[in-house]
Amino acid sequence: MKRFAYELTESWKIAVAQMRSNKTRSTLTALGVIIGIVAVTLMGTAIAGIQIGFDKSMAVFGDDVLYVEQWPWKPVDDWWNYRDRKKIKTEYAEPINRIIAATPNSNLVEAVPTSSLIRSVKYADNEVSNVLIRGTVSDYLITSTFDFKEGRFFNELESRGGANVCVIGYDVADALFPSDSPIEKSVLINGQPFKVIGVIARQGTFLGLFSLDAIVVMPLPAFQKYFSAKSDSDILVKVKDKTRLAEARDELTGIIRRVRALPPEKKDDFSINEQQALKSTLDPIKNSIAIAGLFITGLSLFVGAIGIMNITFVSVKERTREIGTRKALGARRRTILLQFLIESTALCLLGGFIGLTVAYFTCTGIGKAFPSFPIHFSLGLVFVSMIVSILTGLFSGFAPAWTASRLDPVAALRYE
Amino acid sequence: MSSNHVRQAGPIMIDIENITKDYVMGEEIVHALRGVSLQIRSNEYIAVMGPSGSGKSTLMNMLGCLDTPTSGRYEFNGRNVSAMNDDELAAIRNREIGFVFQTFNLLPRADSLRNVELPLIYAGIDPETRRERAARVLQDVGLGDRLDHKPNELSGGQRQRVAIARALVNDPSIILADEPTGNLDSKTGEEIMALFENLYQRGHTIILVTHEANIARHARRTVHLRDGLIESDDGDFGGIGILPMEDRLEADATL
Ligand SMILES: Nc1ncnc2c1ncn2[C@@H]1O[C@H](COP(=O)(O)OP(=O)(O)OP(=O)(O)O)[C@@H](O)[C@H]1O
Ligand SMILES: [Mg+2]
Repeated sequence: MKRFAYELTESWKIAVAQMRSNKTRSTLTALGVIIGIVAVTLMGTAIAGIQIGFDKSMAVFGDDVLYVEQWPWKPVDDWWNYRDRKKIKTEYAEPINRIIAATPNSNLVEAVPTSSLIRSVKYADNEVSNVLIRGTVSDYLITSTFDFKEGRFFNELESRGGANVCVIGYDVADALFPSDSPIEKSVLINGQPFKVIGVIARQGTFLGLFSLDAIVVMPLPAFQKYFSAKSDSDILVKVKDKTRLAEARDELTGIIRRVRALPPEKKDDFSINEQQALKSTLDPIKNSIAIAGLFITGLSLFVGAIGIMNITFVSVKERTREIGTRKALGARRRTILLQFLIESTALCLLGGFIGLTVAYFTCTGIGKAFPSFPIHFSLGLVFVSMIVSILTGLFSGFAPAWTASRLDPVAALRYE
Repeated sequence: MSSNHVRQAGPIMIDIENITKDYVMGEEIVHALRGVSLQIRSNEYIAVMGPSGSGKSTLMNMLGCLDTPTSGRYEFNGRNVSAMNDDELAAIRNREIGFVFQTFNLLPRADSLRNVELPLIYAGIDPETRRERAARVLQDVGLGDRLDHKPNELSGGQRQRVAIARALVNDPSIILADEPTGNLDSKTGEEIMALFENLYQRGHTIILVTHEANIARHARRTVHLRDGLIESDDGDFGGIGILPMEDRLEADATL
């Protein structure tokens, strides 16, 4: 054991001396690994960035909220079966809440109705199109968490009374009121004025597809008064204990069937959606993007590894007599194997370290130049890169080191 | 002159019997050794001579456990070498055998001290003891003031001294030197031979290969090889065993 430690330090010293005495060669060889590690690391930061964006987008739905909707959150083959389903109505909220209140130990907290459609919003000469107009109740806040940039959400009184007030998303506020506060101003939707009482803080995009900030939220009665015709309605139900989501789901299914008076022999004609299910639909897509990215960048690292392998073979050839001498002095196969493995690993670690540094500064650079670009540099990544470098070193050093360790001592000593 | 003094030989250290070594070169088989038997006792000083290609180096490699015979028996200190695996052979080379090469074979980028330390590393000796022992042995061979010199900062004779120090540092049973003076001028060669004489007087066992008669004359016993066979051996007493010490002294004196 002790001897192993001495041999290890000896090998390490030799490796460092070897790199020192062949500076140009070592640098050029390490370059391959540097490029490989930079590529893999940058891809890693991008994947981490995508993952974070993904989680953030998913968080919008809340992990303790069930969505009662006409369509499921997954691709369906028999879309016609879903198309003809009876619409979900906002009026369900009231009976659902009554049943929840009457059920002892219910796993559900409260049902919140929402109703939405797309419209443009105007103020003076400014206009934003494709804004999600949503009518709901004041309890909407228990299912959807967001911060306010300024102002507040509408209260229960405004909610019930259907006052012409609204809360607007960051993009809407930004486009309509570039220089002053929108609070107490009236925006026009369908020619109807709504007084702005709050501005929601920036939420970003959903998976980079559409903005979550192009939204206007208003009391449900006001919404129904002006827009009920082509709107889509959902019921959001908050769950008490998110670790018992499946039970909550079953309970809710029963309640909806009761509310819709669905006879027992009929299948559910509605969908109960949740964040987790959506995640498991999207995860494979996200993962295959990540794997493809890592594979392609991994190829460049592989090329770097081949370079190291090559140079280690050269090094073994050049030092054949030295290997013979070492064997004559009592070096065992394992010792020689270790020596060359450490040499290649040291080279790869050097390359990995430089590559990581380059990647770090590239990342910070990109982050500064394009703040919305999804990259994320983490300590875990540093750790993984170093492990990858070591593995690359072991991989590329193994064949030459094995050859060296198998050399016949006499033949090695005779080698010219 | 002390070089005429024959020290008492000890127990049998190396016992080889009917060793052969063949090299396959494509179609052809080269018989480098054709059946060599030899007994070497501890504290002997032997010169192996013979024309080029007669198998001297092959025999030395065999004795040094660098190579294994094609056939025949080899016992080293009573242990059967022919049956050992690579790691066991490496251990024997490390602990029992000190090699001195014609071309010195020092590590070019390491200083004298580190070169001499090398066998101790493979023996698993801790760094302090290593440094201490290496320095002492270098002192012994007269290089106490050259510890931090790299091989290219040393003369040929000094390099060979470093190599001898390296061979000695692990306190081996035997020193094998294949033409140790082959790359040195005759004066430096004599200095190296004086060093070997000194080692012999201090109780080391030495086998050296040489072409030159005036190098070989330093040894107490000379083995001549020709075409892979022993042609003559002035220490071989018919395989009956070893003569009593007094008789041997006489036999040597009559040379
Ligand atoms: N690896 C090998 N492959 C083939 N033949 C070899 C090999 N090593 C040695 N031989 C042959 O074995 C014979 C003995 O070689 P060896 O090196 O032992 O001779 P030597 O007595 O040491 O000669 P020299 O005085 O020139 O060093 C020679 O004929 C040589 O060609
Ligand atoms: Mg020879």
